[in-house]
Amino acid sequence: MDQIFINLLNGLSSGLLLFMLSSGLTLIFSMMGVLNFAHASFYMVGAYVAYSLVGIVGFWPALLLAPLVVGLLGAAFERLALRRVHKFGHVPELLITFGLSYVILELVQLIWGRTAVPFTPPEALQGSAFTIISSPAQGLSFALGKAAPELCTAALCSTFPLTRAFMMLVALLMLLGLWLLLTRTRVGLVIQASLTHPEMVEALGHNVPRVLMLVFGSGCALAALAGVIGGITFVTEPNMAVIVGSIIFVVVVVGGIGSLAGAFVGSIVIGLLQTLPLTVDASLASALTAMGMTVTPDTPGYPVLRLALKDVAQILPYLLMVMILIFRPKGLLGTRED
Amino acid sequence: MFDFTSARFPSRFARVLGAAAALALTAGAAQAQKGETVKLAYIDALSGLMGPVGQNQVKTFQFLTEKFNKSNPAGVKFEIVPFDNKLSPAESLNLLKAATDQGIRYIMQGNGSSVALALVDAVNKYNERNPGKEVIYLNYSAVDPDLTNSKCSFWHFRFDADTSMKMEAITTFMKDQPDVKKVFLLNQNYAHGHQVAKYAKEMLARKRPDIQIVGEDLHPLAQVRDFAPYVAKIKASGADTVITGNWGSDLALLVKAANEAGYNGKFFTYYTGVTGTPTALGTGGAGRVYQAAYSHYNMGGETQKLGNEFKAKFNDDLYTWSADHILLMLSQSMANAKSTDPVKVAKAMEGLTVKSFNGEVTMRKSDHQLQQALYISVWQKADAKYPYSPENTGMTLVPVKEYESYVSSTPTSCQMKRPG
Repeated sequence: MDQIFINLLNGLSSGLLLFMLSSGLTLIFSMMGVLNFAHASFYMVGAYVAYSLVGIVGFWPALLLAPLVVGLLGAAFERLALRRVHKFGHVPELLITFGLSYVILELVQLIWGRTAVPFTPPEALQGSAFTIISSPAQGLSFALGKAAPELCTAALCSTFPLTRAFMMLVALLMLLGLWLLLTRTRVGLVIQASLTHPEMVEALGHNVPRVLMLVFGSGCALAALAGVIGGITFVTEPNMAVIVGSIIFVVVVVGGIGSLAGAFVGSIVIGLLQTLPLTVDASLASALTAMGMTVTPDTPGYPVLRLALKDVAQILPYLLMVMILIFRPKGLLGTRED
Repeated sequence: MFDFTSARFPSRFARVLGAAAALALTAGAAQAQKGETVKLAYIDALSGLMGPVGQNQVKTFQFLTEKFNKSNPAGVKFEIVPFDNKLSPAESLNLLKAATDQGIRYIMQGNGSSVALALVDAVNKYNERNPGKEVIYLNYSAVDPDLTNSKCSFWHFRFDADTSMKMEAITTFMKDQPDVKKVFLLNQNYAHGHQVAKYAKEMLARKRPDIQIVGEDLHPLAQVRDFAPYVAKIKASGADTVITGNWGSDLALLVKAANEAGYNGKFFTYYTGVTGTPTALGTGGAGRVYQAAYSHYNMGGETQKLGNEFKAKFNDDLYTWSADHILLMLSQSMANAKSTDPVKVAKAMEGLTVKSFNGEVTMRKSDHQLQQALYISVWQKADAKYPYSPENTGMTLVPVKEYESYVSSTPTSCQMKRPG
């Protein structure tokens, strides 16, 4: 029971990290029609920039500064490169972000090397957020921080690391902030209007290209913020972009391209789908056996039937994406009909 | 690139060679190899998650080569030529080609039995097709037993102890550990991980039939960043002990996740001392993490001095002592064969016994598996008796049991085909 709870928390926290990434991606896509292939690269740059800044200004300022720096880089890229190829259509836009992702990868390897850098969480984030104590006598109970050893002698104790709790907190704050920004502020209203009626917004005297630059830059900054937190929680290394790169596209497609709420739901679904199946040993064969059928190595299709859920966990998100594209092309919460 | 020199080079080179040959003839053939430079290709991952391990080993080889070049039985000069295979078998085959194109006749690899199995095949084929240009494959740490059993090759020599030997040591040690009751097997999903799981089950069934295997998992090699789900599963299974052949980031991130989740069972590992894991363990794993290996960090004597010197020079830890075995046996074989020709050296190396840091070691003739003593060591605070602290953690690996080579020796099914 306690481990199911821990697993759910693990899945939720990695889902929320994905949301920090996919929210920017989906905003950029819905405004500019550009699938930003370099989005995950900004995630990686965020981690590396923060790693370098930590040595100079300390962790907490770096947590704020790194997204700012990466946001400016993103805005500059939009202004100087993306906007120039915009007039040639979507394919050149797509290709230029694709190229950028490789340029960033090589630059990161040139600057910071080809192996992982030792980016560790600050003192305040090391240790446990809370302990789940599962004792046979009293059932489940919780303790903040690390539970006293004497509590754990009679019961099973599981701790949840602070870095993951912090990851969840930041993502939720970000969700709230984004929602308030988009629905309650003037800038947000202009952004929303530019999404659907760019000509009208322009006619009203707003600088739509500048709004686009702002959105692109902010999207990159959000990715960088995710990068800092992902970097301290997992590993900061040149492959970190590739690893999340493909999965955030899955998130955006599953959630519905261009929908922020969809990105949130998609992230949580994918986060759980990446975590929970890893712990399930059951296979189709064991399911059939449970239903009263006999499955032997001679049963037709046995090589597939014997695959346990944990063995196929890696492909489940992609399988879900394929299914969604076939049966519900607009995604879970998408609104686009085309 | 050097067109104009290469045009002139042959005639000059021939003259020099002629002179050298004449000299050698007059001096007698006894020391024919003396002064020759022997290039050793180091083919392993120098980038990516496992990159730090490879980079440490390149430093190890270069450091030890420098020592050997001052004096060695054969009087040859060794030169290490590093290649980055990105942990990919396919890439490694290209690099083998690159190495042979450069005229390198000794190749070394160790990190990843997946790569090793591909390389053995490729070396066998290459040697068959290029008589007179044979290469030898010196394996410093790929431990899949198949390499010295069903896939054994005359051209392959293994200087690490294979999975079955280390598991023999671990399970023998477990016989005297009555508090080990429930074991979880977590391994990397490739040749080596499969073998660890297989031998653990086999040998535990033989030596501790009362132990219950409560779970078994395989995860992708060098891809997992987040071991939290696996640790949750280990905890849920109620295992008091984990046996894992994981190495590099796969072990470091696993123990990190285990520490974070508050898991306090034992770990029996193959590679606790390898780059990254000491830092990830910190003080958290004290008294609970064991390693089975042919060396540990407090070997004493000359070895200790070398280890300390390595640390002073690179601020890094020397753990791939099989490199020492390779250079020692290679130079001894070259001296015995009076040649650096790989075919002659290979023949001289078969059955060779040398004295090294872990006692007398023998290259078993039947399968080219080095027979050597193994140590079980445990992670605990460094003290006056065992002062060496890897990665400046303040902790160390303290030997708790030494097994002579006959204890961990395992039989082989190798049917070696020898040339000539």
